[in-house]
Amino acid sequence: MPLLERLQTLDRRIIFLFIGLSVLVPLLFPITFPEHPSPIVTAIYDGIESLPERSIVLMPFDYDPSTAPELDPMATSLMRHCMTRNLRVCTMALWPEGQGMANNIMSIVVEREFPDKVYGEDYVNLGYKAGAQGLINTLLLSMRSMYTTDAAGTPVDEIPLMKNIHTLRDFAFIMNLSAGRPGTKEWIQFAGDPGDIPIASGSTAVQAPLMYPYYPSQMVGMMGGLKGAAEYEALLVKGYPQFKNSSAVATGLMAPQAFAHLVIMVFIIIGNIIFFVERRQKDR
Amino acid sequence: MKKTIPLLITFVVGLALILAIFIPPEPFHTMNREFSVYFDIIAVFAFILGGGNLIRVHGNKISRKKKDYKYSFVTLLGFFVTLFVGLLKIGGPPGIQGEVMASGSWFLFIFNAILTPLTATMFALLAFYVASASFRAFRAKTTEATILLLAGFIILLGRTFFGYYITSWLPDSLSFLEIPNLANWIMAWPNTAGQRAIVIGISLGVAATSLRIILGIERSYLGSGE
Amino acid sequence: MNLSPLELTINGILTLMILSFLYKDNPFYKFAEHLFVGVSAAYWMVQGVWQTLMPNLIARIFPGAVSSFLPDAVGKSPDYYFLIPAAFGLLLLTRLLPKGNWLSRWALAFVVGYAAGTNFVRYLQSDFVAQIRSTMVPLVVLKDSGGLDLGQSFSHLVLIVGVLSGLVYFFFSKEHKGTTGRISRVGIWILMVTFGASFGYTVMARISLLLGRMQSLRDWVEHLIGLF
Repeated sequence: MPLLERLQTLDRRIIFLFIGLSVLVPLLFPITFPEHPSPIVTAIYDGIESLPERSIVLMPFDYDPSTAPELDPMATSLMRHCMTRNLRVCTMALWPEGQGMANNIMSIVVEREFPDKVYGEDYVNLGYKAGAQGLINTLLLSMRSMYTTDAAGTPVDEIPLMKNIHTLRDFAFIMNLSAGRPGTKEWIQFAGDPGDIPIASGSTAVQAPLMYPYYPSQMVGMMGGLKGAAEYEALLVKGYPQFKNSSAVATGLMAPQAFAHLVIMVFIIIGNIIFFVERRQKDR
Repeated sequence: MKKTIPLLITFVVGLALILAIFIPPEPFHTMNREFSVYFDIIAVFAFILGGGNLIRVHGNKISRKKKDYKYSFVTLLGFFVTLFVGLLKIGGPPGIQGEVMASGSWFLFIFNAILTPLTATMFALLAFYVASASFRAFRAKTTEATILLLAGFIILLGRTFFGYYITSWLPDSLSFLEIPNLANWIMAWPNTAGQRAIVIGISLGVAATSLRIILGIERSYLGSGE
Repeated sequence: MNLSPLELTINGILTLMILSFLYKDNPFYKFAEHLFVGVSAAYWMVQGVWQTLMPNLIARIFPGAVSSFLPDAVGKSPDYYFLIPAAFGLLLLTRLLPKGNWLSRWALAFVVGYAAGTNFVRYLQSDFVAQIRSTMVPLVVLKDSGGLDLGQSFSHLVLIVGVLSGLVYFFFSKEHKGTTGRISRVGIWILMVTFGASFGYTVMARISLLLGRMQSLRDWVEHLIGLF
């Protein structure tokens, strides 16, 4: 069978195999390349750097395990950055799975790397509440109308960090980690714009292009996908060299990511060559 | 009764929330807050409704021995075990008083060992299908398709180190032609322009539909019949 | 995420079960798929009950009944206003009944009315007015030194022309002929660049998710190798 015909009838499982290998092989033999932060990512870093010490940052974890490979590295870097800068962090979730994702980041970053930080004073996890954009609307008017306790059931009035937090307007910054809806768009529509609260976003790559119209007037900055996370890691290492070894999760994954992009591009090019050759044959 | 009352509820709630934005003082402030809390609470009943529906659908499948009905046992078993473990907070250190996802709880175990791989792998499968679909369908047949393809390629290259190395030899005066810079420019300007046109269009559509709903012109959400 | 050996093993097996679909549909995949549906529905229900229903509804209507496991309810008096959302919630559940399920429309009407009321204002504010304001940028941008900033001026031109032509493309009340047709054609090109960018980012996202799974499998294999 001629090559062209063979390629036309290529079993999709062969493509699957190439994609699998393009990801797996570089993962087994890790290499890293320097990252060059883009302005939209640098804006978040600068935003957090400009906050006064002890400011309270709200970090809604609006994602589930399906998008954790993209958003966990962002959450990790942001949490490290906030803790190093002596900011206070309050987490919550519009997604039911978000509570587990927040717990995970707190245990692997705050509890291990910052053992001197005290739960309730330096960080708190308010957990999940139902309502999506309705919840944001409620919190803009009154936090305690919905968050009467933290995720573990401790009354909010007994948590020192929450003492002066009555509405979303009392947060200095909202750093949303978002995998879709409800997520960054709703935070901008229901909190950022009406409450005049600075919002930045860690978005999945699928969502990132949709969020660009809000930047920079309605959204301080954005990390888009694994690339955005890797850029933020580079910024963090540049500003705080003590994280050189730990802050490299997304950076380490960018090599397999690049090879997989290349394989997909090669397949698209082959597909187009087949198309043009076929068209020429038909024209004849 | 079956349609008039729902239409009245929609009208009152919708109008009150619009008025609350323009007339912040009482009673609209309280109405805005209380309606929001009610909305959040009703949302939970939707989860319960979803669970109930799942039992009904798979129970039906089993009782009528429909195709693949045996797998419905797996669904129901997974559902009831997770529900039992979660509602009783089994295994968590402080028991029923602690967090449902407390370290050591069986619910957290289900989250880590079962829910996480299942949901993550389901979405990871798409990587393979995106590649296969691109190979078969992504053709530069027309000018429009060629523009789409070129933009996609610049982004795919520009978001990796390949993009840097391919064009890093360009002199500083032409640095704007470096692939990563081109990718950033595409995202910041043409992409923003296109997305903004879509966003503006959608916002007008949402506003018009919302008004139609509040005024009772749009009633499809109530279903058919009396 | 730090997993115990047992969690890692179940995690790995279920990952392989789902990935087996790449070869063809099979009983292992079907098992995992059906388990996913059941577990995720229950997970959402449990989170809804413990994080919202108990503290925000039950603890407010019957604080005495739940004070033994919800410290926030201790000493609180009942707030009977919350019977209203409780009633709406229960009405929503009538959808499951063979008769009288029309009552669920009342709850649905509340939800739809709320969404319509809030969306009307928020979409107009954030996605209409704010977007138009952000598009009003100068076409001639000067550098600090006084000269013309060609790059920035061109970018602004692309933004303004792109938004306007994109909107013309979506304007279906006038036939796309003549000048309108030419402008809408530019709109299509801009939208094609937008979709191309979205395509690139979507590929990026899917590969990232696959990477996460591969990492998880690698951890499991390393654990298995460690056993021997």
